[in-house]
Amino acid sequence: MTTTTQRTSSPAARPRGTVGPRSRRRRENLAGYAFMAPWFLGFLGIVGGPVVVSLYLSFTDYSVLGSPEWVGTANYERMLTDDPRFLSALRVTLVYLVVSVPLVQVFALFLASVLNRGIRGLPVYRALFYVPSLIGGSVAIAILWRFVFQGDGLFNGLLGIVGIDTGYSWIGEPATALDTLIVLNVWQFGAAMIIYLAGLKNIPAELYEAATVDGAGTWRKFVSITLPMLSPVILFNVLMNMVAAFQAFNTAYIVSNGTGGPADSTLFYTLYLYQRGFVDFQMGYASALGWVLLIVSAAITALLFALSRRLVHYGDER
Amino acid sequence: MSTLNTTEPQTRGAGAPTRRGGASGRRTRPIGRPQLYRHLMLIALASMMFYPLAWMLGASFREDGQINDPGVWPGEHFTLDGYVDGWAGVSGVPFLRFILNSLLVSGAIVVANLVACSLTAYAFARIDFAAKKVWFGVMLGTLMLPHHVILIPQYILFRELDWINTYLPFIVPKLLATDAFFVFLLVQFFRAIPRELDEAARIDGCGHVGIFARVVLPLSKPALATTAIFSFIYSWNDFFTPLIYLTDTELYTVPLALRSFIDATSYSAFGALFAMSVISLLPVLGVFIAFQRLLVEGIATSGLKG
Repeated sequence: MTTTTQRTSSPAARPRGTVGPRSRRRRENLAGYAFMAPWFLGFLGIVGGPVVVSLYLSFTDYSVLGSPEWVGTANYERMLTDDPRFLSALRVTLVYLVVSVPLVQVFALFLASVLNRGIRGLPVYRALFYVPSLIGGSVAIAILWRFVFQGDGLFNGLLGIVGIDTGYSWIGEPATALDTLIVLNVWQFGAAMIIYLAGLKNIPAELYEAATVDGAGTWRKFVSITLPMLSPVILFNVLMNMVAAFQAFNTAYIVSNGTGGPADSTLFYTLYLYQRGFVDFQMGYASALGWVLLIVSAAITALLFALSRRLVHYGDER
Repeated sequence: MSTLNTTEPQTRGAGAPTRRGGASGRRTRPIGRPQLYRHLMLIALASMMFYPLAWMLGASFREDGQINDPGVWPGEHFTLDGYVDGWAGVSGVPFLRFILNSLLVSGAIVVANLVACSLTAYAFARIDFAAKKVWFGVMLGTLMLPHHVILIPQYILFRELDWINTYLPFIVPKLLATDAFFVFLLVQFFRAIPRELDEAARIDGCGHVGIFARVVLPLSKPALATTAIFSFIYSWNDFFTPLIYLTDTELYTVPLALRSFIDATSYSAFGALFAMSVISLLPVLGVFIAFQRLLVEGIATSGLKG
């Protein structure tokens, strides 16, 4: 770094005219590290450092009391061979992710397209649809969801009006409990919708005009212009929603009283990790769970980027 | 993502039809049939989405025992009992205490994020220091890092420091700029401020501290406001941190108090639970109504999630 030539700022712009390039460089280094000191300390102390420490802990048996005891790969072996709850937690989170993330994109993109066609009251609609994204992760909404989908809840009350009388507990039956949480996630499509709206505004209108002249219909224009032009934004939204889906916790915790039930059907991966770490105090095992989460999410992200190389269109490549 | 365009008034054009991206150029057409259909569809969808919220609000004013009544209006069953009972709190601690706790934590987090993230962002946006690109890349990488990987070591560290049942595990990480998203948001914004302004300030004898405080910060109010608002909303809704770091009821924040309500509430007495849930949503909705435009632009330009 020190051997590179001086950057764009010309020597004439130097203040007070007395400082040489080298001392200027040293001063910039000092200032740079001073300004980013908070982040740097945080990275070393409570982000990057802990990533390494948790890797170490994942090879130990540790209950907070006493000191970590090295057990080699025992935690990982136990996960794969002797822990059906780990597998169901992984399955629940992946199903949640694979079903809800695309559904959110479909809803968000559809409504963004509807709103983008020039409609009165756009700011009002935009704001209304966004509200669930702000409050959807809160405990209050999780409580609401419980009362909506329990056996004698609102949803069955509504079904009763149209003559369908089930006492079925949507949240209490393993077959549908996860679906109610997926609905809750899709309910929060507004944030993604606003990002799509911003993306749609950046597509030059000439493209659509040219396509219209060529006789393309609405659907054709959507597939041939909107989707490719919007693909970087879609990738971004999918990534962000995915990270959030991997970390979903609150609603599953509240809806199942922290158990992940019924029958582990809402046992999100993070909820299982929480149970192992903070209920059973198996800190070593919980760290191993954390590392598996890191690896799985990194693998899915890498896959997504590999796919995007084929599917995502950036304006400057040709 | 595209660079910040919060300063461009064009994106604020309230009801004005958009200039670009419309499927066609018919921008001044009166409300015709297709427009009407779209309004009907949007209104129907919005009603569906908001119906559960309205129902919850109504039910919080209703006498107990009619949980599956889909009606919104409490009518003759109107009562304030839910609010009275709920306000009395959990295990002898009044609900107001939880609200004050939450406000204290959220307020401290807002300040901590503003200070730490703007300093860090200034370094990345404006100072040419050694290995900057490497650290910037690392910072972006932490955006994708699942929080649960670092959870256990963080907990052990904070426990060793005797920080259980204090608010330090909430605030110290923010003082250390661990919310990479806000750093990123501010870097993007700072970069869009013309460098000529720095040069002018430098000629006037300003160093980096002067440029930061007198040029960059005053011009970055929209981005700083976005950071503050989202910091507040995230921390107000945060359930996980209090869940693992707080065991003393006196210190509970609102989300944790609500969880205790579920346990303490008998099955039929949902009134208090609903009432306090409604109250817990009010600050977020209030902030949203007050700063709606900034929020919407904030996510449109940076991809921040609610």
